[in-house]
Amino acid sequence: MSSLQQAPLAAVTDAAGNPWFSWDYVQSNASALLSALIQHVELTAASVLIAAVLAIPLGILAYRVSWLTGPILALSSVLYTIPSLGLFAVLAPFLGLYASTVVIGLVLYALLVIVRNTLTGLNQVPVEIRDAARGMGYGRLGLLTRIELPLSLPSIMTGLRIATVSTVAMVTVGSVVGGYGGFGELILEGFRNNFYKAQIMTATIATVLLALVFDLVLALLGRLATPWSRRRSA
Amino acid sequence: MSSIVSQAWVWLNDPLNWTNSDGILALTWQHLWISAASVAIGCAIAWPIGIWLGHHGRGGGLVVGVSNLTRAIPTLALLSIFPLTILGFGAWSAVAALAVFAIPPLLANAVLGLREVDPSARDAAYGMGLSGWQVLFRVELPLSVPYLASGFRTAAVQVVATATLAALVGGPGLGKIINEGFGLGIASGGGQVLAGGLLVVVLCLLVEGVLVLVERAVTPRPLRHTRRRGRRASKPALAR
Repeated sequence: MSSLQQAPLAAVTDAAGNPWFSWDYVQSNASALLSALIQHVELTAASVLIAAVLAIPLGILAYRVSWLTGPILALSSVLYTIPSLGLFAVLAPFLGLYASTVVIGLVLYALLVIVRNTLTGLNQVPVEIRDAARGMGYGRLGLLTRIELPLSLPSIMTGLRIATVSTVAMVTVGSVVGGYGGFGELILEGFRNNFYKAQIMTATIATVLLALVFDLVLALLGRLATPWSRRRSA
Repeated sequence: MSSIVSQAWVWLNDPLNWTNSDGILALTWQHLWISAASVAIGCAIAWPIGIWLGHHGRGGGLVVGVSNLTRAIPTLALLSIFPLTILGFGAWSAVAALAVFAIPPLLANAVLGLREVDPSARDAAYGMGLSGWQVLFRVELPLSVPYLASGFRTAAVQVVATATLAALVGGPGLGKIINEGFGLGIASGGGQVLAGGLLVVVLCLLVEGVLVLVERAVTPRPLRHTRRRGRRASKPALAR
């Protein structure tokens, strides 16, 4: 990715030669921005999807097997205490400098939020509803898939949204693992190549916008998936 | 694999790596110092605003907005932008960038803490003829201590963890060890990367552990279970 970078050779210490915002930068580096965007989206999507596939069953497990609740939550909280750079530093020497190393690190962070929100959502299902469903002859699996999970969807979606926005921001740290940081690559390169402000600022704004776009898409998906909650609030 | 572990072990066992002028001890001190300064600045900004908003029963929307926005801002970006502003290079730009990330949990818990005060306690205080300020200082603030403490812990742990990233843009702190190791390449620097990672992880867990004890100590016994609920409401925290 570094080959795509074009550092300004002009004297950048002078403010006019090194502006924070530059449309010229965006135009002349469109291909570098696009490849950073694609990498950023891929890393985020892969991490959140894998995290969701692991975390929702873990949340259900923590809910069903009550003595597992404590250990699962404690383990994921401990993970969250560990800094992202620290985690990458522990993983990278063993797993190597690959995109998968970044994804594994990001998955571990996203897990906590999704597990916690899945558990919260399941715990919030009113006892009367659960009892009524049991009285209607629902088994454990039917109760889970037809009643409990749909009613927890708003909480699970909130978890997914928080995890996704956080992941978008955290992908930038992936650049320490040799070039898997999406827009973070551009931020660090901009900093190291004569403090190229336009590059740093453009990549920063792009990261924030990407997080907002992801959030919006998930919010819409959540609305589509829970039509009943819309009717109730209307 | 084992060669990396033994490299890390050798690196950690070299006394010079601890006592050098930019050795582990000096870097740990820097790390803790910039973290403490950031959290202090964060408290100085977030607590008055949060307490004022909570006292007047407002600020829910603002808190949600602020924390959503900061969650989307990459720490790395702020850490690279602040040195290029008037703050210049050095520890203070890292402190400023980190303070930005300390504010949301502090603010959110302050607002929440004051809003969760039992309305009947507040009404009773007003009924006894206390003024708004007296109610704030004698009733609301003491009852919000558990929330303020848990916000402080969340913010502090987050800042200590995030401070690791400052090294990527030439800043101070323990992240330097990791950054240098990555600079050497995994083949020769892998041990140092691992050693730095482990040091940072241990420091964060230690700080978390100490602050859990502090939080417990400042929370009066009858309030200890509500404290837990408050913490859950403020978490999950931000990206680092």
